[in-house]
Amino acid sequence: MQSELQIGQKSAVIARVLVNEADGSPRIEKRARLFDDFIRYVLLFCGIVSIFTTVGIVIVLGRESLLLFSTLDAQGQPVVTLGEFFTSTSWQPAGLKFGILPLLESTLMTSFMAMLVALPLGLGAAVYLSEYASARVQNTLKPVLEILAGIPTVVYGYFAITFMTPLLQGLFGRDTVQFYNTASAGLVMGIMILPTIASMSEDALSAVPRHLREASYGLGATKFETVSKVVLPAALSGIVAAAIVGISRAVGETMIVALAAGAGPNWTMPPNFFVAAETITGHIARISGGDLSYNSVDYNSLFALGFALFIFTLALNLISRFITNRFREAYQ
Amino acid sequence: MMEPTPAQERIKDEQAFAHGLASRHLRGLVWERFFQAAIAIGIIALLALMFNVVNRIFGVIAVQEAIHPSELSDVPLEELTPDQLSALLVEHLPSGARVLVRDSLLGGADNYNANRTLTMGEFLPGVALPEAVAQLTLTDLQPENTQTLLVAAMDKNTLLEEAYSQVVGRDVVGSWPLTEALFNRAAIEAEVAANYPNATLQWNNWLDGQFLVDSMSNTPANTGIRTAFLGTIWVLVLTLLVAFPLGVGTAIYLEEYATGDNWLERFIETNIRNLAGVPSIIYGLLGLAIFVRALEGITQGRTLISAALTMALLILPVIIINAQEAIRAVPPSIREASYGLGATKWQTIWNQVLPAAMPGILTGTILGMSRAIGETAPLIIIGAATFIVKDPTSAVSKFTVIPIQIYNWAKQPGGQFQDIAAAGIVLLLIVLLLFNATAIILRQRFRRNLSA
Repeated sequence: MQSELQIGQKSAVIARVLVNEADGSPRIEKRARLFDDFIRYVLLFCGIVSIFTTVGIVIVLGRESLLLFSTLDAQGQPVVTLGEFFTSTSWQPAGLKFGILPLLESTLMTSFMAMLVALPLGLGAAVYLSEYASARVQNTLKPVLEILAGIPTVVYGYFAITFMTPLLQGLFGRDTVQFYNTASAGLVMGIMILPTIASMSEDALSAVPRHLREASYGLGATKFETVSKVVLPAALSGIVAAAIVGISRAVGETMIVALAAGAGPNWTMPPNFFVAAETITGHIARISGGDLSYNSVDYNSLFALGFALFIFTLALNLISRFITNRFREAYQ
Repeated sequence: MMEPTPAQERIKDEQAFAHGLASRHLRGLVWERFFQAAIAIGIIALLALMFNVVNRIFGVIAVQEAIHPSELSDVPLEELTPDQLSALLVEHLPSGARVLVRDSLLGGADNYNANRTLTMGEFLPGVALPEAVAQLTLTDLQPENTQTLLVAAMDKNTLLEEAYSQVVGRDVVGSWPLTEALFNRAAIEAEVAANYPNATLQWNNWLDGQFLVDSMSNTPANTGIRTAFLGTIWVLVLTLLVAFPLGVGTAIYLEEYATGDNWLERFIETNIRNLAGVPSIIYGLLGLAIFVRALEGITQGRTLISAALTMALLILPVIIINAQEAIRAVPPSIREASYGLGATKWQTIWNQVLPAAMPGILTGTILGMSRAIGETAPLIIIGAATFIVKDPTSAVSKFTVIPIQIYNWAKQPGGQFQDIAAAGIVLLLIVLLLFNATAIILRQRFRRNLSA
């Protein structure tokens, strides 16, 4: 009896809160709903800021690049056409020569060198961590890789010029190895990318279901045969994706090459890893660091380089994501 | 030739198998060693990197003095008052210390030549100068004005350093890293005796208290990281103010409101994943064109706020992706319970989901911030000042940050500036370590909360 009364009182309280006394319409709820809608749009706006960023990048880089290609020289000819931009082997802003090839060549050289280090070592470290190491070893070694991954790139740049370059000069002689060279920058960049490749590959390897390994052992395969013929092929998509992300990071890396690879574009054919050569990112960093006047051809040319870099890394990242999404669940 | 019997064949097979098994195990062992070596090389690289830095910070330096301090004053220079020190500077320096004013207070010859008509008051807006001095240009400065100016604009430590470097001529003429100082001392002594007969060798530690509180100088022994350290803090705080609400807001929208069948929502989601892979130098170009140039009226060009906005865009994807994961990890039962009690969507998010996801969100934010601490390239592009002695005072101050200073010092090959860069690196790594330790502690608490 008493409890029914209490319930009745409580219901009355709730009804008073929810229903407007005058017309019986829901009161607080309506106001809260309006506020909810408002919040929803504020949050949507936050999300759209990230779209503005992308649109901003494309517009800014595209606009300034167009300005470069529409600049005319004293004879009324364009200083550089799109064709020349991609085929000329000379980049000399002072002489109005804008061929991306020498910068692209050293970018590819440092990235190649980096992948030469990072891919086998990163993959090897991933296989060791995921297939061979005990849980205790894993728990000690993974943080080491995380530390390596968290070190700022300028520190790696310092490491390249104060450690790697003298080391290379000691090994191959000062006459062969210039102080600034792409080999030193590339090797250190490889160490920088190693943890990225290791941790992405390790994720892919751990995702391979246990029963595949057990089936392989059941057929009499050794541990290494299981790893190389069953686990690695099963995780291949993830490993390829890791490698592509690694290349994309190498191509876009700036501070190591700005410190260690040298200043001034240098077209070497065949490629020489022991001479100074400027990469795309290194060139952008060096030129924009000085007093650069806006609306000059130099200024526009930096954005054209940035645009090429943006498209290149975007393509690499899209390919990497496509591979992961397309082949992810093949073995599950 | 006799046909082998089945028994003989089985024996052959078994022998072949046994032989093959041994070589298969051997191959497995060789590869296992390679996998171990791969991770060992990673660890060795990390150790080499740390060793290389520490090696440069400690070591011996050769110090040489042109005049002995006792010839200048009866008491040690440290006991002189700022007035006496500045009098000493004005008396002993050629051109009445005007060059010192130009180089140490006005940002060097280049900066001065670009603004040579400015008065001292206009050059040094943050310094309380006597009226008579504030209205003078550099060329009008007389020795007595210069003395007043120096006392007003420099603290005692700076004056003392200038007295040592400019008047006493105390100069570090050589430096040797720790390993050489320990194992090759005799050769260093011989080299110093041959090249700098007046110099004395002494142990040195570049990462000392003076390095932390000094502002920049063009002599390695007097330079410090204070301006850059303050710049880093300013950039971090401003970046956080912009990136945190935007990032968390986006994550809430994508996780709580988005239905997933809307092209706009899908585009935002894909776009964020792509932005995470854009090289940082591209953000620098974006910042240069938008914040430094297009919005110059608001940001006043190459200033802290331009840097912070650029950094905010750069770390936004990191914050969003981590916040999304944290929000997703909040069990649906919590939301349903809240709806069941009559809460609206936003009340549920604000009172239930966000508090539960906060440790995870903060972890992601710290990861983003630690990326912002180390990023150098975008700030070089938007034009951080390379030589700056004034502390940042507002969001539109000119600025420099720790990694930019490391870059500038490291660029000067062979000299003691590279030792200074090593000191900067250790400071940067310590700051990063503190940030990451906080993130790890938060992450562990987060795990406990959700499992409890």
